[in-house]
Amino acid sequence: MSILFASGFFADESVRTALVVGGSAAIVSALIGVFTVLRGHAFAGHALADVSSAGGSASFLLGVNPLLGFLGMAVLAAGAMEFLGNRRVRERDLVTGIVLGAGLGLSALFLYFDVTLRNTTGAAVAVMFGSMFAIPASAVPLTLAVALGGLAILGLIYRPLLLSCVDPELAEMRGINVRLIGLLHLLVLSLAVALSAMTVGAILSTALLVGPPAAALKLSARPGRAMCLAAAIGLASTALGILLAYDSFYWTPGHGWPVSFFIVTLVCLAYLLMPRGADRSRRAV
Amino acid sequence: MFSSFMVNSWIAASLVAVVAGCIGFFVVVRGATFAAHALPLSAFPGAAAAALLGVNQLAGLAVFAMLGVAGISQLAQRERHEVATALSLVALLGLGTLFLSLTSEYAQGVYALLFGDVLGISGAELPPLAISAAVCIAALLVLFRPLLLTSVSPDLAASGGINASLMEVAFLGILALATAIALPLVGALLVFSLMVGPASAARSLTRKPPVAMALSVVIALLTVWVAVALSYLTNWPVGFFVGSFGTICYVGGRAAARTA
Repeated sequence: MSILFASGFFADESVRTALVVGGSAAIVSALIGVFTVLRGHAFAGHALADVSSAGGSASFLLGVNPLLGFLGMAVLAAGAMEFLGNRRVRERDLVTGIVLGAGLGLSALFLYFDVTLRNTTGAAVAVMFGSMFAIPASAVPLTLAVALGGLAILGLIYRPLLLSCVDPELAEMRGINVRLIGLLHLLVLSLAVALSAMTVGAILSTALLVGPPAAALKLSARPGRAMCLAAAIGLASTALGILLAYDSFYWTPGHGWPVSFFIVTLVCLAYLLMPRGADRSRRAV
Repeated sequence: MFSSFMVNSWIAASLVAVVAGCIGFFVVVRGATFAAHALPLSAFPGAAAAALLGVNQLAGLAVFAMLGVAGISQLAQRERHEVATALSLVALLGLGTLFLSLTSEYAQGVYALLFGDVLGISGAELPPLAISAAVCIAALLVLFRPLLLTSVSPDLAASGGINASLMEVAFLGILALATAIALPLVGALLVFSLMVGPASAARSLTRKPPVAMALSVVIALLTVWVAVALSYLTNWPVGFFVGSFGTICYVGGRAAARTA
């Protein structure tokens, strides 16, 4: 045990905070991610995360909790995409790309101000690639509230969302407001993306959003089962990633390896090693 | 603004704009926005790896962009295209975080690579840049018809004996090379903005493919020139201006298409 868990792992407060924040991010992202993958919204999910970096970098400027920044910008971007939205896939991707470009431009500007006005040179790396062990313990209550809020909305819209993923026309015939469900889906997606951006960084949060669900859907096409499996993969990769990053301080003394690297690598390994399930041939997704 | 050390920047910016305008036309026609965003980001760790190993930055970028192409086209055989793109993107970026953490004095360099740096172009960098740009444009012109046909009418292309999956790999390869050229100047995050914004505006202004491509180059050139000038005057990152103008181009193009 002492080889695996370097001394002080469980006593360290920053580790506990990282586990709580990372764990909630992994669970919410994995659950909503199954729908994102099923609906073919991986690009939109990635774009929301990237745009949220503008909020993250603005929060350094304003001195507020980064989660609020990430969240605010993600929700704004989701609104812009919905507002400019289009049903044709190519046009939708183009709109996503344009919103993404505008958001990243803002991000560039805010980070520039971070460096010139606030003298926080590490902001670019922290926002883009995450700095989990630097999350203050005071961020935990807000994180948990956001995560629980996301899960609650997801629980409420689970059945109609599933139906409108699988068969939008049937959903409409049953009297489901497909547009409202789509909006709520985007809202939960924004929450998940903001949480993941806090954890592994804005441009890597796609790993938690798409990786575990893609791995789970490889094994089973049944959404309920895939969601449980995806949450398990996401949680395990995050926890193990934190553990390895903590241990890495002892492999190369004085210089730890980044948490995000371990989490992303573990998620990708989970995807590559996951066997293709038998029920995949029955229900092609 | 036009002093001798800025001349290199102007030349490099113009080269990048011509390449981005040309390839951007195909990015928009083929609906390859995500790939155009993912490849530059996947290439970005290449610069960190190059700095670590002490080799040429352009080579590092090109190698990683090609790795991105290989990852996307391999995974896309068994997976949705966008999931494949997302997965190979995060895998390479994950490596990037590792390389970045190994080169500890890199914080400012990271920022420049993500968001662009117009002032960092030396005279020695121009010849390889020009050659790569020429290769990109030549390849695009040679493959103009088959690339266009596979994007607009896959059935017609198939009956004409064009291998669609080969064209896809060729397109991604050209995109990767264009990426490696443009990245140091505009930054990994906003390369695609330069590809998508002008080209989408051009496409909504005209239906004729060659005209649209030429128009796309013109708008891209204007975007880059204005962005470099404003960046020089304000000292703000060039990526911010490129991103903003990309959006203005798209919205303007949509408005023009609606009134026409």
